[in-house]
Parts: sequence; structure tokens; C-alpha cells
Amino acid sequence: MLKIEHLDVWFGLPPDRVDAVKDAGFNVTAGESFGLVGESGSGKSTILRAIAGLVDSWTGRIEVDGQQLEGHRRDRDFYRSVQMVFQDPYASLHPRHSVDAVLSEALKLQGMDDIDGRIPQLLDDVGLGRGFRFRYPHQLSGGQRQRVAIARALAGQPRLLLLDEPTSALDVSVQAEILNLLTDLRAEHGLTYLMVSHDLAVIGHMCDRLAVMQHGRIVETMDVAALRRGAGRQDYTRHLIAASSGYRRD
Amino acid sequence: MTDPLLSVRDLRVAFPTRQGVFEAVRGVSFDLGRERLGVVGESGSGKSMTGRAILGLVRPPGRVTADRMDLDGQPILNLPERKMRKIRGSRISMVMQDPKFSLNPVMSIGDQIIEAYRLHAGGGKDSGRQKALDMLNAVQIRDPERVMQAYPHEVSGGMGQRIMIAMMLAPDPEILIADEPTSALDVSVRTEVLNIMDRLVTDRGMGLIFISHDLNLVAQFCDRVLIMYAGRVVETLTAKNLHDARHPYTQGLLNSLPRLDAPTSRLPVLQRQDSWRDADTITESLETEFPGGL
Repeated sequence: MLKIEHLDVWFGLPPDRVDAVKDAGFNVTAGESFGLVGESGSGKSTILRAIAGLVDSWTGRIEVDGQQLEGHRRDRDFYRSVQMVFQDPYASLHPRHSVDAVLSEALKLQGMDDIDGRIPQLLDDVGLGRGFRFRYPHQLSGGQRQRVAIARALAGQPRLLLLDEPTSALDVSVQAEILNLLTDLRAEHGLTYLMVSHDLAVIGHMCDRLAVMQHGRIVETMDVAALRRGAGRQDYTRHLIAASSGYRRD
Repeated sequence: MTDPLLSVRDLRVAFPTRQGVFEAVRGVSFDLGRERLGVVGESGSGKSMTGRAILGLVRPPGRVTADRMDLDGQPILNLPERKMRKIRGSRISMVMQDPKFSLNPVMSIGDQIIEAYRLHAGGGKDSGRQKALDMLNAVQIRDPERVMQAYPHEVSGGMGQRIMIAMMLAPDPEILIADEPTSALDVSVRTEVLNIMDRLVTDRGMGLIFISHDLNLVAQFCDRVLIMYAGRVVETLTAKNLHDARHPYTQGLLNSLPRLDAPTSRLPVLQRQDSWRDADTITESLETEFPGGL
């Protein structure tokens, strides 16, 4: 479904050039859920942005569904099959667009018919009642906003969802609801996930395999069973797993 | 138990709104000794507002009332601003969540620490400078001479947070209120910052109020925990017993966390109950709280 080889992403020009991603590569098969973990600045979100066409300064190979991508231009078919959900539901929804406007715009851009009939369907999919259709973002809680953002991503019936820290701005009880929703949606719609998070427990819960990143490089790729055992092959992975497990008094 | 550093009884913070008076904090009571006290709850539970109320940082039209709010036996509730300023910073200090928004962007780090120190402790520029260097050393900043010259945008988040702590600790406060001090930090930096605060409590006998949404972290780092829900303390317990919590809210929060050691296909979702809003606080028996007797 998704194939990445020798991906380099940089920002700025020399001498201020910052290499955000260096020689990254991994494969995600259809129906799989793949995680990217690492500390801030490790380049994990940058990979998602390069796939989505939000960054054009990259080289290497990105293949989605057998089709090779170039620069930051993506055609309509691409956005139909690939969609992204962002970290902060307080920033990713237009404050003066109602839920109805957000969803109908997304449906229109995806070239869907019967927009009026599809909106209640989308709201049902993400567990929001139809009463939410004409609300504005300020009338919604953080979890409800993230549900709207997920509904918007589902509008074009995508096959690959890029999830950039979808729950890190939410309380733990709301996080549980959103993670359950994402699990259900993946099962119902046969979605493939590429999920970025700094929270190893969240990745462990949601993903089948993951890549650990540090300073723009993929340190290692492992499956979740190894993560649960705390069995990283690299020092950095073991260090990250130990630090994430909480605070120990020495 | 020795006399508490801080004693709070029935603290309330109310804001008038068009829909009537909204109480963000509704009757919080606790004593703080020379210990690490964790305050946990979700956003909107009133945990940050409790910290702000103690420091007198609730702005009008918000109103703070309490039966008692004593620092070393002296009432500090609603003191005039002039008197409060003598306490704030020098006797009770606060570290906020994000160093990016707490440091002055156009002033060098050294000048900011020196200013904070001299404001409370007086003294000349040279002694202030020496103190600033000592404090940066105390929070394990290598090459403090260079960091003194730097501006906030030139340091990383973890270093910024350590600088904030250095600044807050320069006047040697009795109590430090830390509001989500590590939420903006990476896990590896988090451990360092916690180690620093930990040592300050044990070495200096400072009282620490540690406000956080991270239950596991609080369970491991603190001595005692208050769980807040809708402006009230619903349960207090010894931190290491957090996983034996009895209140359904605390249990619900703990269960909703994904765990690496216990895989599940679905996470249990918290079912909130109206009765939690006004129920009594669940406390452990004195026996477990003070083993060996009072």
C-alpha cells in the first residue's frame, strides 16, 4: 500500500539547511497499522507531511498503491485514497464553519454525489449524533472536534489514513474513545493506518509494526510484540522504552 | 505529623457568567507538608485553578473564598497585592507548563534569573550573578556561563524548563507549585527535570505541589495524590497505592490508559456519573496514611 525508500527531507537552503529526515525507508501493507515513534524533532511528522504533499523539498521514493509520487503535487485520486488527521483538533477546524459546511466541502472536493445524504452517514460513522450537524467548533468538546476531523478525512472513502498524534491533545478518557473509534473504523472500512505518536503505549495499542526514529533516521523497525517485551535491538530503542515506562527514583 | 507548610480548607473559585455563577473549584481541602503532593484530573477539573488560587493569581471577576488558606500558620487568602508579591516567588513559587511562554524572549537568560533573584533577595549584581550561576549548576546545565548569555529561543524545551526551575528556586521558596512541568518535554528530558525537583524536595525540605494529568507519572513520582473531578477532590491516597484506587472515576481513568504490558482490543471508556460531582472524598484510613501511628 505504501512504500518508502531512501527518503530525505530538508528545510531551508545551505548554510541553514536542516535535514529533517535522512534515508528513511519502510513498507506498509494494505490493512496494516504502522506506527512511527520518536522524540520531538526526530522527523516522524515530517514523513507524513512529505507523503501528503505538504512538503516539496524531498528526494527518494514514495509509492502509494503502486503509484510513485513527485514533489508536492498530488492529483485528485491521491487525496481520495489518502487523507490526514492532525494533532490539534482546536486548530484543524475552521472556527466559523459549521460541521455541515466542513463535511459538505470535503464531500464536494472528493466529487461525491448525494452530499445531503452522506453527511448524516459520516456523522454516524464517527459516533456523533445527527444533532451535531449544524454546530460550530466552539460548541464541541476536544474529542467531538477530533471526531469531526476524522469524519472529514473519511469523506472521500480513503484507504490510507495518515494520523499525526491524533489523541495527544486529548484527556486520557477521551483518548480511549477516539482510539476505539479508530480501531472500529479500520475494521469496518478496511483502512490502512500510518500513525505518528510520541506515546509508545498508544502505538502499542493501535499498531502491528513500528519504526523508531532519532535525529531524522529510522533507528529500527520492529513489531509490537517486541515493543511489549521491551526488546529493542538498538540502545536508543531500549532507552526510549525505559524512559516511557515512567519515573524511577535512583 | 509536624505542622503543615500550607493548609487549605474549603477553597472555592467562582466566576460570574451570563448563565450564572460558575464554580471552577468547589470546596478543596488539603494540607501540604515537606512532601511531593500530586494533583491529578482531566482538563477542566480545577487542578490548575487551585494552584493559581493559592498564589493569588485568579483575576477578577473570578472570586476566591476559603475557610482557611494558611502558609506556616499565617493567612494568605486574598492578601492585598503588595503583600502577596512578597510571598509570591520568594516563599511560594510556580513553574508553568511551557517554557516558551514563560520566559521573556527579549532578555538574556542570565539577566532574567538575576532579576528574579534580586527582586526577592536583594543584593548587588555580582552576588546575583553568582547565585544565577549556582542555580544553573544546580539544575545540571553544563556550561552555565554560555547559557547565561543565551536568549530563550536559543535553548531547547528541556533546557528552558530547567532554566524556569532555576529561576523559581533562586529565592529558595518553601513551596513550589509545578503545573504540568513536564508535559511539553520529551520522555528522556522529563526524567532529568523530575530528578532535579526530586532532589530539591529531599535536600531542601521543600513542599511540592505537582499538577499533572499523567496518572502513572504521579503514582511513581509523588508521595500522595489528590484526584480532582469537576472542581472537587474525589479521592486522596498514597501515590504508590494509586492502582488500588476505590473511586470509580480514578479507576476509570486508570483503565482507559493503553498499556504495553496488558494488550486489549478495546479500551474501557469512562462512564461519568452525576453523583461524582457532589460525593464525599474517599480517603484512606489513617493507618495506611501514617504507618506506625501518629
